[in-house]
Amino acid sequence: MAYGTFTEVFFYLFVILIVFGALVAVTSPILMKAVMGLAMAMFGIAGLYLYLNSPFLALMQILIYVGAVCIMIVFGIMVGYTPKQLAEYAIGPKNTILAIVTSLLTLGVLTLALVKTQWVQGVDAGLGDYSLAHLGETLMTRYGLAFELISVVLMIAMIGAVAITWNGKHRGIK
Amino acid sequence: MISYTLHTYLIIAVFLLALGLYGIMQHRSMIGMLISIELILNGAGLNFMAFNRFLVPDPTTGQIFTLFIMGLAAAEAAIAVSLIFAVYRKYKSSDPEQISDLRG
Repeated sequence: MAYGTFTEVFFYLFVILIVFGALVAVTSPILMKAVMGLAMAMFGIAGLYLYLNSPFLALMQILIYVGAVCIMIVFGIMVGYTPKQLAEYAIGPKNTILAIVTSLLTLGVLTLALVKTQWVQGVDAGLGDYSLAHLGETLMTRYGLAFELISVVLMIAMIGAVAITWNGKHRGIK
Repeated sequence: MISYTLHTYLIIAVFLLALGLYGIMQHRSMIGMLISIELILNGAGLNFMAFNRFLVPDPTTGQIFTLFIMGLAAAEAAIAVSLIFAVYRKYKSSDPEQISDLRG
């Protein structure tokens, strides 16, 4: 029982991490703080993946999102050409009412829909083989084609990112 | 036990989606919009993992799908940051309001 309450408390902590981090990421007028909020929300989601029986994905979440994507965005802010005044006051005064109405409407309608829906639980849901060995085996056999495709997509994205920045530099797009 | 119900995770995912939409419309810099898009993608990944845990008999499907979402998000962030660099070279600005050559 004590163990159960302990895990519940940690669950609430992760949820608070997500909510607070996402709010900071979206509302902070300073871009660097927004990235820090994004990293905080990513850590919270990694914690939720632990509760969903997948420690591997939790580690991948920290590795890819916090370790790669956030660092890349930080490089984009620091090395790149975001002007100081834009980087510090990144929240615009336009569209505020429109943005609030749209997001609240999305939140309300989708929450209503998912609360009203009768979800049919799978017979063996949550009981299967969650081990990393089984995951890797499936990735190599049944989802082999998808695995190859994502590899090709990643390679093309890398080449494309280099080509876009490199071309602009040398041919002098004005 | 709130951590053992499907609804908790789905509501968190919807919350991330709504906040991401708000951020896309509200940010004045393209990097801020990119941050909001990452939030939305994370909500999608959380959704897949929740359905995988509570509704689907085979536990690998959702995990692999979420891995693919992570890979695509990384690729998308790389392309977006390089595009922001290229756009800045052309327009000397990172403000999406000023990039309006195609606006007829």
